[in-house]
Amino acid sequence: MNAIDLSRRNFLVGAGAATGGLSLGFHVTLGEATGQGVSPEVNAWVVIRPDDKIVVRVGRQEMGQGTLTGLAQLVAEELDADWSMVETEYPTPGQNVARKRVWGDFATSGSRGIRNSQDAMRKGGATARAMLVQAAANDWKVAASECTVDKGVISHKGSNRSTTFGKVAQAAAKLEAPADVKLKDPKDWKIAGKPLLRLYQDGKVNGAQVYSIDFKIDGMLNAAIRDCPYWGGSLKSFDAAAAEKMPGVKKIVRIDKNAVAVIADTWWRAKTALEAVKFDYDPGPHGKLDTAGINAMLDEGLSAKEAFVGNQAGDVEKAIAGAAKKIEATYAFPYQHHATMETMNATARWTADKCEVWTSSQNAEAALATASQAAGLPLDKCDVVRMDLGGGFGRRATSQDYVRQAVLIAKEMPGTPIKLIWSREEDMLHGCYHPTTKCKLTGALDKDGNLVGLHMRISGQSILATIRPEALDKGRDMATFQGLNAGGAEGRLGYTIPNLLVDHAMRNPPVRPGFWRGVNNNQNAIYLECFVDELAHAAGVDPLEFRRRMMKEHPKHLAVLNAVAEKAGWGKPAAAGVYRGLCQHMGYGSYVAACAEISINEQGTLKIHRIIAATNCGHAVNPAQIERQIEGSFAYGLGPLLMQEITVKDGKVVEENFDTYPILRMAEMPSVESIIAPTNDFWGGVGEPTIFAAAPAVLNAIFAATGKRIRTLPIGSQDLRRA
Amino acid sequence: MAKINVNGRVVDVTVEPDTPLLWVIREQIGLTGTKYGCGVAQCGSCTVHVDGVATRSCSLPISAVTEAQKIVTIEGLSPNSSHALQKAWLANDVPQCGYCQSGQIMAAAALISQTPNPTDADIEREMTNICRCGTYNRIKTAIKQAASASRG
Repeated sequence: MNAIDLSRRNFLVGAGAATGGLSLGFHVTLGEATGQGVSPEVNAWVVIRPDDKIVVRVGRQEMGQGTLTGLAQLVAEELDADWSMVETEYPTPGQNVARKRVWGDFATSGSRGIRNSQDAMRKGGATARAMLVQAAANDWKVAASECTVDKGVISHKGSNRSTTFGKVAQAAAKLEAPADVKLKDPKDWKIAGKPLLRLYQDGKVNGAQVYSIDFKIDGMLNAAIRDCPYWGGSLKSFDAAAAEKMPGVKKIVRIDKNAVAVIADTWWRAKTALEAVKFDYDPGPHGKLDTAGINAMLDEGLSAKEAFVGNQAGDVEKAIAGAAKKIEATYAFPYQHHATMETMNATARWTADKCEVWTSSQNAEAALATASQAAGLPLDKCDVVRMDLGGGFGRRATSQDYVRQAVLIAKEMPGTPIKLIWSREEDMLHGCYHPTTKCKLTGALDKDGNLVGLHMRISGQSILATIRPEALDKGRDMATFQGLNAGGAEGRLGYTIPNLLVDHAMRNPPVRPGFWRGVNNNQNAIYLECFVDELAHAAGVDPLEFRRRMMKEHPKHLAVLNAVAEKAGWGKPAAAGVYRGLCQHMGYGSYVAACAEISINEQGTLKIHRIIAATNCGHAVNPAQIERQIEGSFAYGLGPLLMQEITVKDGKVVEENFDTYPILRMAEMPSVESIIAPTNDFWGGVGEPTIFAAAPAVLNAIFAATGKRIRTLPIGSQDLRRA
Repeated sequence: MAKINVNGRVVDVTVEPDTPLLWVIREQIGLTGTKYGCGVAQCGSCTVHVDGVATRSCSLPISAVTEAQKIVTIEGLSPNSSHALQKAWLANDVPQCGYCQSGQIMAAAALISQTPNPTDADIEREMTNICRCGTYNRIKTAIKQAASASRG
């Protein structure tokens, strides 16, 4: 092994390429690429080495959420493998293309990593097990049905014989795969469903783990880039005369019309020289855009005549007109930046015959397609080696813009690998921002304090309209209504409201939007769950009881809400000075609820003491990792509540680093108590769902403490002293 | 040309004097466990020890570092991940994406060497590194465990 240590992830194809041995991914099969002789590929998902090591191939991407470990557990479970012998391997997207997408969809977003891969991968494990058993049975001339498997050892009791996976793998690989295999009942799971430690942690505590930004290859140069920071603006000209003379600079290139990259021996020198380049921009048609202007656009939409309907029942206008009590409120959620700890980066090497990319992406297939287009080469002449991600959160799923840039830069120096790294400032200015929306809510209470009508008018930016317009439904962006849908398995509204209208006035500022952990559920949960709290208080009904009245037909939503209320001791007094708030919501197929406990001192300083969270994600593949996702999602989701906001001035983003875009730190992190309550009758997501339960619960607790409703995020410097 | 002592080894590096220690460590010495996060000493991903003091190496120019100063990076913290903090990190399964963890561990190592029995308040005051995956609570637990183990 040379300077880089890719073998930790058994990334042997990549390692081979890095050491100049193999040409990466150009249709070598992974089994052959191991360099340890031919390790039989029992099927696409399972390779078994002669030393009994089991290599599970994973299409989805690990980025800290634990999907890699969870998927390996599911395959190992069906194999009846010895968990200590399990390793994983990422096929490249080029290999996936060459093998007719045998590993399915690589896209790792929307909390789909496990739920949308589990069926194929469990079948892969079960099929491999059947073939291994058949191979042993053939050898022993006994019936496969008489053989048993335990921890990778196949036994035949009648003849007192046993063997291991590694010994029969060669023979098994030659057998025809059975057409039908029976998957285990999750109640019989021994590896899946258990709180196992995550794979590959050692390199994360000793510095050995190689992220994309750490990648090295012989002869590599480094590039820093500055793209036009104005949406719709352009680079008129630039002056690189001084920069060209600076130490280490190899070449200064203009790519994609509006970006300038400095290629140098080291990245620091490239970045330093880039700072000496003088830029002359035309800010374009949105050069005067600012946050106030965007807010005015959204305000207009709140009362606009036309809007896309997302969910409708009864006659909401009539219900509001006839209400015993009418309540109104308007909420607002600002732009957010993903702020992954590892900034966008990619290494590319281009020749007229092929293009190789090493990068961290949540969607390596999209990265491959992007590379192919930028390279001007067909897909089968390109490949992408999947490197570890220093955070994804949707940024590396929304756009592969950094891959495009890296390839275009590499084209300027054919044959030379060049690593492009975005500075934090470049990363902040070229984000795929969580969109801003506002919501005007009008509720109608009858004389008994029941909610008989609700109109939720959302006004604001659609992600799909910009990022994936082909996914719009006659102009309507159904993703805007996440968690507010009448039906479906993804995100149903948990309340029965006889007269209901949820609609969306789409107002699209030119700011590039993106999928940000939790996506539109984040603000939708705040809008609905804080307003439900307002309605409960207006009706003079306990907020838990008020919700329960509307949840008789929504038992799974109700169960998680009840679970947090019970654990928090809702209805019983909290500690002196401590106040509680509730939230429930459904997203990515999972049911979540939270109860926050907070206090606010005389100076108005908020302290979030504890958040109790419950999730029903159907099957809990690794409860320990689910707990970590719950905690982590709160750290991410409380940022926009407390302090994070992207603002716009003079046509571009104002916040260029963490000094102006503060991130939640340890001192602000509440204690988190998790309730994992799987009902084992569906497959829900884990990485995102709990994120949207935290902020509304805290906001409702703030009202309980102060009598104040915070309706515009972030809280920032808003006065939280008791009204 | 500068001489610096990194992980007990004195090395010559040829860089401009304003080059941050971070980029000398990453690009000249070739140790990539120390990470770039913000470049403005906000996030702590680049934390190393300079004479035992947790230092954000992205904002320390190499011209301000002398040969006599002992710089320790995550790679030099222990052989074989054997520092009490590394063991506690593994036992608590702390890392998620892991990118910030080198800096977190280096900050924590300086903390417990100076404050062998840190309170929650000590930890919250000293541990200001950013983690976007939200591993803070497990970091706190691991620090307390490691501190306890180190005290014997």
